[in-house]
Amino acid sequence: MPFISNTDKERKEMLTAIGVEKFEDLLVNIPKKFLLKKDCCLEDAYSELEITRKILKLAAKNISSTQANSFLGGGIYDHFIPAAVDHILLKPEFHSSYTPYQAEVSQGTLQYIYEYQTMICELTGMEISNAGMYDGASAAAEAILMAARKTKKFKAIIAGTINPLYLEVIKTYTVGVGIELVVIPEKDGLVDLDELKKSVDEETGCVLLQTPNFFGNIENAFVVEEITHAAKKALFIVAVDPISLAVMNAPSEYKADIVVGEGQALGNAQNFGGPLFGFLATNVKLSRSMPGRIVGATLDVDGKRSYTLTLQAREQHIRRAKATSNICSNQALCNLAATVYMCLMGKEGLKEAAVQSTTKAHYLSKKITELNKFKMAFTAPFFKEFVVRTPIAAREIITKLQTKNIFPGIDLKPFGHKNMLLIAVTEKKRKCDLDEFVKSLQEVTNG
Amino acid sequence: MASTIFEKHTPGRKGYTLPANDVDIKLEKCIPNEFSRKEETRLPEVSELDVMRHFLELSQMNHCIEKGFYPLGSCTMKYNPKINETLARNDAFNNLHPFQGEGTTQGVLEIMHELQNDLAEISGFSKVTLQPVAGAHGEFTGLLIMKAYHDYNGNSHKNKIILPDSAHGTNPASVVLAGFEVVEIKSNDKGLVDIEDLRAHVDENTAGFMLTNPNTLGLFETQVEEISEIIHSVDGLMYMDGANFNAILGIVKPGEMGFDIMHYNLHKTFATPHGGGGPGSGPIGVRDDLAKFLPAPMVDKKDDKYFLDYSHTDNSLGKVHSFFGNFAVNLRAYIYIKMLGTKGLRRVSENAVINANYIQKKLEKFYDIPYKDQYCMHEFVASGDWQKEKYGIKTLDIAKRILDKGYHAPTIYFPLIVSEAMMIEPTETESMETLDDFINSMIEIAKECEENPDLLKNAPLNTPVRRVDDTLAVRQLNVKFEL
Repeated sequence: MPFISNTDKERKEMLTAIGVEKFEDLLVNIPKKFLLKKDCCLEDAYSELEITRKILKLAAKNISSTQANSFLGGGIYDHFIPAAVDHILLKPEFHSSYTPYQAEVSQGTLQYIYEYQTMICELTGMEISNAGMYDGASAAAEAILMAARKTKKFKAIIAGTINPLYLEVIKTYTVGVGIELVVIPEKDGLVDLDELKKSVDEETGCVLLQTPNFFGNIENAFVVEEITHAAKKALFIVAVDPISLAVMNAPSEYKADIVVGEGQALGNAQNFGGPLFGFLATNVKLSRSMPGRIVGATLDVDGKRSYTLTLQAREQHIRRAKATSNICSNQALCNLAATVYMCLMGKEGLKEAAVQSTTKAHYLSKKITELNKFKMAFTAPFFKEFVVRTPIAAREIITKLQTKNIFPGIDLKPFGHKNMLLIAVTEKKRKCDLDEFVKSLQEVTNG
Repeated sequence: MASTIFEKHTPGRKGYTLPANDVDIKLEKCIPNEFSRKEETRLPEVSELDVMRHFLELSQMNHCIEKGFYPLGSCTMKYNPKINETLARNDAFNNLHPFQGEGTTQGVLEIMHELQNDLAEISGFSKVTLQPVAGAHGEFTGLLIMKAYHDYNGNSHKNKIILPDSAHGTNPASVVLAGFEVVEIKSNDKGLVDIEDLRAHVDENTAGFMLTNPNTLGLFETQVEEISEIIHSVDGLMYMDGANFNAILGIVKPGEMGFDIMHYNLHKTFATPHGGGGPGSGPIGVRDDLAKFLPAPMVDKKDDKYFLDYSHTDNSLGKVHSFFGNFAVNLRAYIYIKMLGTKGLRRVSENAVINANYIQKKLEKFYDIPYKDQYCMHEFVASGDWQKEKYGIKTLDIAKRILDKGYHAPTIYFPLIVSEAMMIEPTETESMETLDDFINSMIEIAKECEENPDLLKNAPLNTPVRRVDDTLAVRQLNVKFEL
């Protein structure tokens, strides 16, 4: 049998040592009526060669963004990942190790999480980061729960320009606890500041803003912060793209209280949308309300610097029903990928990725609008992603260009915006890729 | 200790290459000055070799399955086959965008569809969603299914979830997150649900019952049928925490034992790597009439084409993840199931159960094993009470001494109903020799308790660092390196 070490002879010896004749004797506690009378109906076992063939055949039915010219974003991005990242991920010591509860044999994991936390704090300008969450959406939802816990105010105000998938997950996460969600409409691709101002009041526990927002537009977080903090207790939560932080304001500059985001862009592949990882950072005064694992530096009995999971009194394995969250993992390998990525790219590399993504996105938007068929949907400044109004249905463009292995972007119609296409660009695009895309848009909208 | 990567920083050093920017646009034209970062980040500047050496040094301070045995109860630290890693690293899986559409992702949709069906078949449920990305995430999803079901039936008053005192910590935490109240009931002297206490707590407000079966003591809940009758009699739902599914593959099906909802821990039962704490995957299986409440989309098939099915969104509980769950993790579980087949899966559980009973038997003279008069399933719980009473040695000391012997420690102080608990789960992938070595080490430790208790109180001695000061870590909170 694959992956089972004991031989039949050993199995027999063990059964004898236990004092039974056959395996079934060990099942005396299971009511007989439930013991399966007939086998499960699965395929026969595949050998390694056979499964390899099968999987390669299935893989061949997909077209990857490596094979295509892809402009898909909407929260998941095709940024460059140095080869060394995967070599670290494959090390069994990281790959097949357990959660670092036994600190003495988990210093490797604990130290890289400490380094991860340091880098997230550096990017965001915050004082404390947790070890990671499931994805950006659940991190945003947990931040809202955290704010409610801290402020005891159960009204959350959400900019309607956030990623709609985040909003869906937030709804699921807050329904049980009974948080009232107030979604502020969008105006010209940004959150409507007048409406926001009207909605924030003394019952408000938090305001959640995403910048760059779902449309790629840069929100004025400074103004939103003022509106938020005008309410006595309200906390300002901001969702950010970590790559953008190499060139855009650190959220501490606009006095965010909690910073969250999707971390996939940092060294993790798109993986058809999972695994991803969310990050969550805040200031020390809110640390005891935080969800998720946190690593702290300490000393061992010999006075040697070491690391351990800390502030565990917030967590489910200690606090059970009174825990700050039910989360029991931190997408560790994804955080490791992000940590290695940030080390390799460093200060200059991350900036280079951000600059190239932004400038190439702006080049593309200019070229597309010069076709005189597409218009920019909004006038706000944008980062690496933007929305164009399409002369024909966006879905039609997508369907037609797919045959040429071009993925033009995300059709915004299902999100309530007809004839709009959300286009994302990363540093991986060359000028020729952008020009090819523009040319194909020209062709597809001819006549 | 290894220095941090920040202490290896040398200005100007680079660990990456990128092509020169071939568009002639300045960043300042794109991002207004007021939204530009004021101070540059201080990410480390290091070479690729610096990075590789750093992480290699860190890795050597970790225990892992390839290094040695993990007798870690409830965590199912089985070997993770390497073929999964090779196949999961295919470009046509890694570099797929979730918004690509069905036309260019038929291969992944086919895998998801088959995995949904295989998991349903193995567990006796009707439909499976792959969206939850961890066991606790699955629990939350399952509880929201209960909520949706009761709301649908006009029973929104049902606000209480009952669970035994042996439940995992995530269970009560998930209950609260889903907006229910926790009602905890006692276990009886056999380590099983106390039926009388259950009856005393069931009423018209009971929304459901969460049970791990086999339970966290490694014992099969013999009265599962009676329990489900009691819960169903008030229209409550039975939730199975699938953390211990590794014990019963091909032996029984939860869907046939009265359970209505169940989560699977693919990172335990189906051999996807733990990764030092994730990413996991926690799909949910349900009986037929609950399928309409599952998160959207499901993967379905029509005329040989696979598609993302959003048709049930009217009753769906909503989304728990941005996309379709942890596809790359699910892919590994899929490969594992295909390589085992029907017979292999049953063999997994048989060997897991034999291995656990073998250790339990061999250790019963040396440690107090409160429920040793029963055969365990895939794990058992020992207690350090004898050692504590006679020699003042705590289970924590024993656990740390086990580290010295080259093993990971068992799960300790859980479940909460056994004092000085040590929960031991060998999994099916370990051989008899490995178990014998471990048993001998445990016997040695029992002797050390008697002959040289200080050795245990000072343990560990051979690990990269010795016992760490958790109190200091809280008192002088240091959660980032001062750059």
